[in-house]
Amino acid sequence: MIEIKNLKKSFKDGESTTEVLKGIDFTAKTGEFIAIMGRSGAGKSTLLYQMSLLDEPTSGEIFIDGKNMVPLSIDEKTAFRLSELGYVFQDYALLPELTALENVVLPLLMQNFSEKIAYEKAIEHLTLVGLEKRLNNLPGQLSGGEQQRVSIARAIAHEPKILFADEPTANLDNESSRIIMNIFKKLHSEEGQTIVMVTHETEFSKFAQRIIHLDDGKIVGEEKN
Amino acid sequence: MFSTLNIRIGFFLAKRQIKRTSPWTTILIIFVMVFTFINLVVISGILVGLIQGAVNAVREHYTSDVFVSKLNNKTYIENSPEVIRIIKSLPQVEVVSARYSEGGTLEANYKTRKSEKDKPNITQTTVIGVDPTAEDKITNLSKFVIEGEYLAPGDYDQILIGAFLDKKYLDVDYPSFSPLDNIKPGVKVRMSIGGIEREVTVKGIIKAKVDQLDMSAIMIDSQLRSMIGRNDYNVDEISVKLKKGADPIIVRDILKRNGVDKIAKVQTFYEAMPKMIQDMVDTFDLLGNILSSIGLVVASITIFIVIFINAITRRKFIGILKGIGISAQAIEISYIMQSFFYALCGSVIGVIFLYGFLEPFITAHPIDFTFADGILVAPVGGTIFRIVLLMVTTIIAGFVPARLVVRKNTLDSILGRN
Repeated sequence: MIEIKNLKKSFKDGESTTEVLKGIDFTAKTGEFIAIMGRSGAGKSTLLYQMSLLDEPTSGEIFIDGKNMVPLSIDEKTAFRLSELGYVFQDYALLPELTALENVVLPLLMQNFSEKIAYEKAIEHLTLVGLEKRLNNLPGQLSGGEQQRVSIARAIAHEPKILFADEPTANLDNESSRIIMNIFKKLHSEEGQTIVMVTHETEFSKFAQRIIHLDDGKIVGEEKN
Repeated sequence: MFSTLNIRIGFFLAKRQIKRTSPWTTILIIFVMVFTFINLVVISGILVGLIQGAVNAVREHYTSDVFVSKLNNKTYIENSPEVIRIIKSLPQVEVVSARYSEGGTLEANYKTRKSEKDKPNITQTTVIGVDPTAEDKITNLSKFVIEGEYLAPGDYDQILIGAFLDKKYLDVDYPSFSPLDNIKPGVKVRMSIGGIEREVTVKGIIKAKVDQLDMSAIMIDSQLRSMIGRNDYNVDEISVKLKKGADPIIVRDILKRNGVDKIAKVQTFYEAMPKMIQDMVDTFDLLGNILSSIGLVVASITIFIVIFINAITRRKFIGILKGIGISAQAIEISYIMQSFFYALCGSVIGVIFLYGFLEPFITAHPIDFTFADGILVAPVGGTIFRIVLLMVTTIIAGFVPARLVVRKNTLDSILGRN
């Protein structure tokens, strides 16, 4: 499903260049649940942003379903992210002026689903994450855990090929974190959802099938659960 | 860019942003738009209206709709009774006032003059002879009597004096013109026309903000006629008031076809207007447009700043929208729609305020300028043009900053990196 070849990413700051990813080779198969771990500054979020097409690598190739994604235009990448990928961010990334339901329905409408189907799908997925009674609440009226569940519903409502999660439990208490991880686990085991998750919490990495260890911009280890 | 899908999503976002943003922000922006609209329409409207007030005054209180006057090389309109008969026979004509007009002098304070060497208190003027009833019907002259009373048909040896002949209303001392001193109703003045002198009593003082009246002396037509020996009843000018809806141009052309233009000048009120006033209308119109343009630039900068701050503070959310796959065009359209909404609200409220309150109010209570009663000229066509101008400017001023922010790198926007 995902194949990354010799991926490098460096940032320029004036005359100096910082190499964050130093030639990553990585593969994820359809239906896998992968956790990327590493200490702070290891490059795990940067790797996630490259493979999820939110950022442009300095060099290297990213194949998704056999197609090289690097040469795509900005608009083509946006369209691909909309239909094929889903995102869960550390800070939930919900739009504050949209209700829970509207946050979830927006990408579905952008995919040209009819209003009726889009709202049905959105309600279905918000129900799936246990928020059927909070549909019309604005993000500000929801707890952190509830907001993250809205974010998950938004990410999966269009049934994406890959779900990317960037430290989804970092801002949550233990109980909320566990609820979130159980949703991921359920999505993976029952729906066969491919998930790539960045985390620094060992406890939650155990929910994944495979754990990739990153350090100083390189993959330094891999383990299977 | 303007695909149905992008418009649909743009509308979805814009509607909710407006609905859920702080109502005070919305009110403030709409307030700015209303005043921009008012500035755009009213400033030029008042400037033009100031002159239009003078034009209207000349039309309503002197020339009326069609003005027939003596030819430049004649001392009166020949065969005037026949001309008046032709005019009165036209179905469009409501009422006619024929006037005699002769140059003369008025002298005041002659009884208290102590020596022949003292400068007499004398002024040059035009003496107009009118039928007071017909004149009042056509020009509402009686309305402008500010002291004393209006003339009655049998008021021999009585005159109305224009306010600018009275020193207390025109306290200036031109080398070639000095107004009369100590004038009030009941005072006698000496009138001299073509060597014939007559002592007349001031019955009233008129102020119509029309120079032709405010600098004249008015008396009964039959008396002036006998003074100047105009026994053939040939008058100097005829003001023709038309029935409501009648076109002065058509009436002018009918009179010309009847040969009236061979013995008199036949003009519409606009043609009879002094050239200087026509030039001033154009000048003030230009001035109004310049001021409006400055207002428009200020408004567009205001909207630019408002939308730019709005977009900058929402940069993270714009990044998220792009991150989850919402097209940049849909996001830009949402800002265009917000700008459109603000401009539309501002224009609608502005139009209601303008035509529902301001224009009727100023028409009912004209602004009292010294030389004219200023009204507000806001023709619908011009207002629509200005609304379109405001809309287009606002939309551009909203679109540009939104585009600047939307085009930033998606991940940088999400992470708040510069």
